[in-house]
Amino acid sequence: MWLVFLHLFHKRETIQYPEEKVKLFPRWRGRIVLTKDPDGGERCVGCYLCAAACPVDCIALQATEDENGRRYPEFFRINFSRCIFCGFCEEACPTYAIQLIPDFEMGEYNRQNLVFEKEDLLINSEGKYPGYNFYKVAGIDAGIKGKGQGENELPAVDTKSLLP
Amino acid sequence: MPTIFIDNLPYEVKEGKNLLETCLSLGFDLPYFCWHPAMGSVGACRQCAVKIFKDENDSTGRIMMSCMEAVKEGLRLSIADPTARAFRKQNIEWLMTNHPHDCPVCDEGGSCHLQDMTVMTGHDYRRYTFKKRTHVNQYLGPLLNHEMNRCIQCYRCVRFYREYAGGTDLNVFGAHHHVYFGREKDGVLESPFSGNLAEVCPTGVFTDKTLKQHYTRKWDLTSAPSICQHCSMGCNIIAGERYGKLRCIVNRYNSDVNGYFICDKGRYGYEFVNSVSRIAEPLIRNQPVEAVNETALMRHLEGLVTQFPLVGIGSPRASMESNFALMELVGKENFFQGTNDDQAYLERRMVEMLQQDGLPGVSLKAIENADAVLILGEDIWNTAPMMALAVRQSVMKTAADQAVQQSSLANWHDAAIKELVQDKKGFLANITVADAPLNKLATISAQDCPDNIARLGFAIAQVLHPVLPPVSGIPENDLQKIQLIATALQKAERPVIITGSSSCSETVIKAAYNIVQSLRATGKDAGISFVFPECNSMGLALMNVPSLENALERIRTNSDCTVIVLENDIFRHIVPEKADMFLSRCKHLVVMDSLHNRTTEKAHVLIPSATFAEADGTLVNNEGRAQHYYQVYMPFNPHIKESWKWLDKIKKLKTPSAGRSALHPDECLAELESVLPQFENITGVMPSHQFRINGQSIPREPHRYSGRTAMRAHIAVSEAKPLQDGDSPLTYTMEGYPGIPPESLTPFFWSPGWNSGQAVNKYQQETGGALRNENPGVMLFKHNKDHIGKFITDYPDPFTPIPGKYLLLPQHQLFGSEEMSAYSETLSELIPDMVIALSGNDAKTLGVTDGAMIAIEKNEFSYPLPLKIRNDLKSGIVLVPAGYQAMPYFPWGSWVKLRV
Ligand code: SF4
Ligand code: SF4
Ligand code: SF4
Ligand code: SF4
Ligand code: FES
Repeated sequence: MWLVFLHLFHKRETIQYPEEKVKLFPRWRGRIVLTKDPDGGERCVGCYLCAAACPVDCIALQATEDENGRRYPEFFRINFSRCIFCGFCEEACPTYAIQLIPDFEMGEYNRQNLVFEKEDLLINSEGKYPGYNFYKVAGIDAGIKGKGQGENELPAVDTKSLLP
Repeated sequence: MPTIFIDNLPYEVKEGKNLLETCLSLGFDLPYFCWHPAMGSVGACRQCAVKIFKDENDSTGRIMMSCMEAVKEGLRLSIADPTARAFRKQNIEWLMTNHPHDCPVCDEGGSCHLQDMTVMTGHDYRRYTFKKRTHVNQYLGPLLNHEMNRCIQCYRCVRFYREYAGGTDLNVFGAHHHVYFGREKDGVLESPFSGNLAEVCPTGVFTDKTLKQHYTRKWDLTSAPSICQHCSMGCNIIAGERYGKLRCIVNRYNSDVNGYFICDKGRYGYEFVNSVSRIAEPLIRNQPVEAVNETALMRHLEGLVTQFPLVGIGSPRASMESNFALMELVGKENFFQGTNDDQAYLERRMVEMLQQDGLPGVSLKAIENADAVLILGEDIWNTAPMMALAVRQSVMKTAADQAVQQSSLANWHDAAIKELVQDKKGFLANITVADAPLNKLATISAQDCPDNIARLGFAIAQVLHPVLPPVSGIPENDLQKIQLIATALQKAERPVIITGSSSCSETVIKAAYNIVQSLRATGKDAGISFVFPECNSMGLALMNVPSLENALERIRTNSDCTVIVLENDIFRHIVPEKADMFLSRCKHLVVMDSLHNRTTEKAHVLIPSATFAEADGTLVNNEGRAQHYYQVYMPFNPHIKESWKWLDKIKKLKTPSAGRSALHPDECLAELESVLPQFENITGVMPSHQFRINGQSIPREPHRYSGRTAMRAHIAVSEAKPLQDGDSPLTYTMEGYPGIPPESLTPFFWSPGWNSGQAVNKYQQETGGALRNENPGVMLFKHNKDHIGKFITDYPDPFTPIPGKYLLLPQHQLFGSEEMSAYSETLSELIPDMVIALSGNDAKTLGVTDGAMIAIEKNEFSYPLPLKIRNDLKSGIVLVPAGYQAMPYFPWGSWVKLRV
């Protein structure tokens, strides 16, 4: 009883949500977004790794290509009614496209509304990892840089030359 | 059997093998790149290093390439040795110094041998800080994508393309670490086996371009074991689906049939399944709303099948199950082959020869192992591509075997053997109507008219078996050829004769028959292979029912019939006037098919059939091998059903009390076997639909299949129960038996650490050998070794051209002549032009030059085409591409007039 009485004078843990917002940190794993690269292009390259990593299989997408050979998702769907916010997708993503952000306010009366399509997921920002553009470091020419023009690349080989 | 020691444990192994294949056969994981079980070793990639010790006291050992070392009694090697491991890891690290950062956008990813080997060796961190070498890519045509940066210089591509498949337009250019694998300049790859590069290349340099259009990773595919539908070879394939669309076809290893490869028609022909001209709903024509649902359709059909006599038209491209279901519905006396008289007769003759006269039909594997091949009148490059590849292997192997006999080399020592062989070749005689691509390989080649080809054949048989009456009037310069061919066949231990129906000539088939029987009479183990036109032509011919013309006759006498046409465009089998007459006389015309064509246009009732990817079925290939294909996916569209399921429903309308009718393919086959004894044992092609392993079904989806709870969430967020077809032991889930299933039920090759198709190693009893518990299909012919049928002595007269008339013969094209693959958009780019070919002499007589429009005429039939003069043709013959979509059926094998 004495203990209970003492607690009256402790700092209160209860937050008056929703009037008072919860303080969330940048790495908090909440709602999932798809980010854009520094040039404003879609970051996701439709590699399917997030979908494969997802333990509840709630990500489905279809990759497609634009006329330059740049790959992007034709559709990208996350069923948030299944998502357990484990962050495996973010960990698997080789392009920093998919990120979990500090937001959990996604309650819905109708479960169907928890199915997010690419339009709902895509944000106009680089999110937590600014500065990375996969197509600048990849070997393919997807309209971002030509063959042999990347920072880590030598000029394309001239097969007719026998010089070392 | 020698004993070798691997990491100090003794193993009994097979003699004559190299250490790499031996280790793999024993189940060890040993990385490799350049070695290929079908192509042998060259020791180029340095990846398969192991340590070999002199004896048990040697603790230093030396690093050797396991693919270049032969098995020796008492040999001691170590795979786990730290230096050997470090070597392998270092090798990958070097390969990776220039490897692009591409996996996320690389189509190989998830089934990449390089990824697997990198993980296997443990290389995981890039230490090399210098820049990567890069390459520009080439346009290689519509079938393959080229991304040269990813190359690891293993040389597999050129070895396959040039040496294995005989292509010339892919090569290696440049020097040192600049070597480049591609064409001299951009252009379409010429070889019809180029698609195999996607599987042969261990990296993503060559990838399937059609898959790229709807790219899906291997782990996301719902796959099932299937059989290629585009020629009579019956190659085994794996077909993969995602989101209701067929995505790709890859090879399914079968040691007796196609081995490690398939042709491009088989790999890329699948697009017809996704075609926009698929029949999507049942239609009842000539009523205000034509599209109907199943209930309305059945109500309508009830009247048609109960009140009118039935006639059924079968199909050489429909499964045994469907053809048999139609026969059961209409009754055997009312069931007709969907092929014309001439074709049906030729096929019947070939079946009889195999069935009654004891001709030993041989598999593709046996052709590969033949030591002399004679082809009579069949352009197998175009009608049976994988057979042409097998013939090429026979020619190369025979030369290699002869070379090896004079040295101590093992037969897997590819580079050394090639050095020794130089350009020596095994024996191949290719006697065809027109110049054929295989002639490049042939010791003897000739072009002639079918009757003369037959006479040549009869003369060869006569030399082999002199009791036969001689063939009179053989031209002087042919005599030497005949003698050469006969001697080569006589000298060979395993000669094979190949012929088929595409020269439209019974005499050619008879001549081939005589040759094989002559060889057998002299105690030779000779084999024959007949090429049939379509994937189930053999199955239909085995049913032994009358031809399409007989159906025509039936309709002429009683036009008050309901005619049911099963998956058959009859305009491909008879001339248009006859087809039109036939179709217009049917009181009711019910057509079941998957794609719209000229016959479906005329149908009164149209029923949407499933394609091979959406169906279970059994096909009989050209040697009489029955093989089963399994449903890859259930179509989203509920109207699309397997023809045999539709027919079964229709049968219930006719005889509601007909008791149990077959509901599953295995039950259909059991019924087929009991009604038609020639199909004895065909039930052995598949296990019962109730077959389970430890109570578990076999999953069509790999355990990493993704998106299960999201793929259909946009339609309804609550997941539906997984689909169930119940027709086979395969399920539409990722749950089920996790181990290696019985061979014919293998939906994909995968093994821990082996994500690429190379995982097939783990499924084989020994690398390159038969699969574990292999069921390579059921052979429907029992070969009686001692029975040698009667010889044929009614030789044809020499071919004499009739002035003003020409013998019309079909030119089969690899792409374009087969019905379904021609619907594939990608392949349609590669279809050669429609031309009519005449010899130079004939063109001169007609006074025409290249490009002139010439009409082919017979009775009311007339069809104009531009001319192409071909000097390989004999005078008196006119050659026209067969089976093109826009073209009608031509009266093949008959005499026609030409109008300039
Ligand atoms: S892992 Fe990243 S790049 Fe790959 S599909 Fe997912 S979001 Fe796109
Ligand atoms: S070839 Fe293999 S390792 Fe190389 S980028 Fe493609 S998937 Fe990755
Ligand atoms: S292209 Fe592929 S098969 Fe050819 S050498 Fe390079 S990695 Fe090997
Ligand atoms: S040879 Fe015939 S059966 Fe084999 S893959 Fe090619 S088309 Fe298909
Ligand atoms: S596999 Fe042995 S060296 Fe390439």
